[in-house]
Amino acid sequence: MSDSIISLQDIAVSYGSEQVLKGFNLDIRDGEFVTLLGPSGCGKTTVLRTIGGFITPDTGEVFFGGKKITALPPHKRAVNTIFQRYALFPHLNVYDNIAFGMRLKKKSEKEVKETVHAMLALVNLKGYAHRGVSQLSGGQQQRVAIARALANEPKILLLDEPFGALDLKLRKDMQVELKKIQKQTGITFIFVTHDQEEALSMSDTVVVMDGGEIQQIGSPTDIYNEPKNAFVADFIGESNILDGVMVKDLEVRFAGHTYPCLDKGFGENVPVDVVIRPEDIEVTAADSAHLTGEVTAVTFKGVHYEIIVDVQGFKWMIQSTDYRAVGDRIGLVIGPDDIHVMAKSEYSGLFGDYSTFSDEMDDDINASAESVEDD
Amino acid sequence: MKTKSKLLSAPYSVWMTVFIVVPMVLVVWFAFTDTAGNFTVENILNVGQYSNVFLRSIGLGAVATVISLVMGYPLAYGIAKMAPRRQSVMVMLVMLPMWMNFLLRTYSWMTLLEDNGLINALLTSIGLPRLHMINTGGAVVLGMVYNYLPYMILPLYSVLTKIDQSVIEAAQDLGANSRHVFLRVIMPMSTPGIISGVTMVFVPAVSTFIISKMLGGGGNLLIGDLIDMQFLGSAYNPNLGSAISLVLMVIILICMGIMNQFDDSDGEEGGIMP
Repeated sequence: MSDSIISLQDIAVSYGSEQVLKGFNLDIRDGEFVTLLGPSGCGKTTVLRTIGGFITPDTGEVFFGGKKITALPPHKRAVNTIFQRYALFPHLNVYDNIAFGMRLKKKSEKEVKETVHAMLALVNLKGYAHRGVSQLSGGQQQRVAIARALANEPKILLLDEPFGALDLKLRKDMQVELKKIQKQTGITFIFVTHDQEEALSMSDTVVVMDGGEIQQIGSPTDIYNEPKNAFVADFIGESNILDGVMVKDLEVRFAGHTYPCLDKGFGENVPVDVVIRPEDIEVTAADSAHLTGEVTAVTFKGVHYEIIVDVQGFKWMIQSTDYRAVGDRIGLVIGPDDIHVMAKSEYSGLFGDYSTFSDEMDDDINASAESVEDD
Repeated sequence: MKTKSKLLSAPYSVWMTVFIVVPMVLVVWFAFTDTAGNFTVENILNVGQYSNVFLRSIGLGAVATVISLVMGYPLAYGIAKMAPRRQSVMVMLVMLPMWMNFLLRTYSWMTLLEDNGLINALLTSIGLPRLHMINTGGAVVLGMVYNYLPYMILPLYSVLTKIDQSVIEAAQDLGANSRHVFLRVIMPMSTPGIISGVTMVFVPAVSTFIISKMLGGGGNLLIGDLIDMQFLGSAYNPNLGSAISLVLMVIILICMGIMNQFDDSDGEEGGIMP
């Protein structure tokens, strides 16, 4: 790609005997907001640290604007990083933190002063120049970290789960602000997160990763609407994933019925995975639909109800604004454009059935996964 | 709640009153009285005669402190960079000499440094001339460094291990090479450790008397020896001894005050950057 600012070619990284990345290829265009999304241990932070220069890959090359930078140390790269825990210099105040990089480049104090104040304005921290960094809140510290990195005029800004330590409300505000800053500065942002909502709402391009490999690259809408395999479908949003057979083009059979769909090109009578998003399913009376089932659980989520329905042993998740009581028999209506067909993959059968689903467990798993990554 | 915490601190309060506050009051009392118990400033004025001893003590103590810092800092830094398991072994090794008696340790240096000691025996056996080492200022400094080095290393080690690796990476990320990382991040962040290390070496080094007695001979009298002489030695004069102690105490307090000026880690002005 001619306009790619960063190009990773055939990168392999291992920690001891553990292979974290292998045969990893990625091109990132100048000015893009790219998010590396995946669960803990998928290698996303390793990709970031390779670009930042903190890891030298075992094999493979890193190119920056066409030039090989694989062996270049971090301080010589036109790349700056926002660290998960801010990593501000505790012995310096806000002003000196932001001025750090510019002073190393021997900029004049006049220029330093102008830039520091411009950066403080950019991150909404006017008047904080002479505060000590330990007196700031988490959100303010993260803003200082962003200002400190941007003051260096990087070509690329790397962000390693920058909002991981912030509470939900602040997180949302920072997401909006960060996106605004990216648009204003036009700098390429490479953002790492395990939060799919964050990835969808901020990025131009999302790179979904698992097991050290890229599962799918695409725009947020592509990733959500056209997931490539069961992993992506399950990781991005909620999905019912069923075993199906592509009878022929535009016709797929699952859950005991044949449905018209919009997918083609799989061949005839080919086993496939079928994804149906919970919000796409229409709930009707039991006698007016092909699929009927019994409601086994209902959770109020604010915007909608989350209804778990048992259809011949397979538990579906439905998101509906209409309330249904546990024990009700309901009908499920699925239209052609609600169906997304995917080829079978190593992830087939692992995801998409809500029979063991519970919110609490999901949260527990997320929490423990995060604490593992912290170590 | 309040009475409870008062009660808990009672043993130490009593201890401190009886064994620290009262003796200090006595030192001040003796310093400002003559043998008959009348008020006088003569003792304090007489301390002036020994200004050369004061200068020598402070000079040798300062040299020993600087050497300890220069030797201790890289070691503490090295230990802090090791794997956690090796760190604890290294810290134990640093403290190992402290398990041996202080007198014994200093005494063994005597046998090493003597004109007919082990080092000179070794030198002559390979055909080199003898070196006069014992009873010199250098021998005193050596004794000080040898005895107090662990007190420099430990506080340095403890602040250096607390420096987050991501802060160092942040500095590299912002364009700092290893020299800049050290001068602009690691050093300023370890200032509190430098201050406590310097304090813990300088104060006992300035007031030592055993080391100078054993390794310094008669020509390297230190303040400690001077005070020792006023209480236990030939020149018995507790009033003068107290006055010297008092002056020493004031000098050390001033030194500490100056040292603490360098610790602006939580000050508003980040004055370390040029």
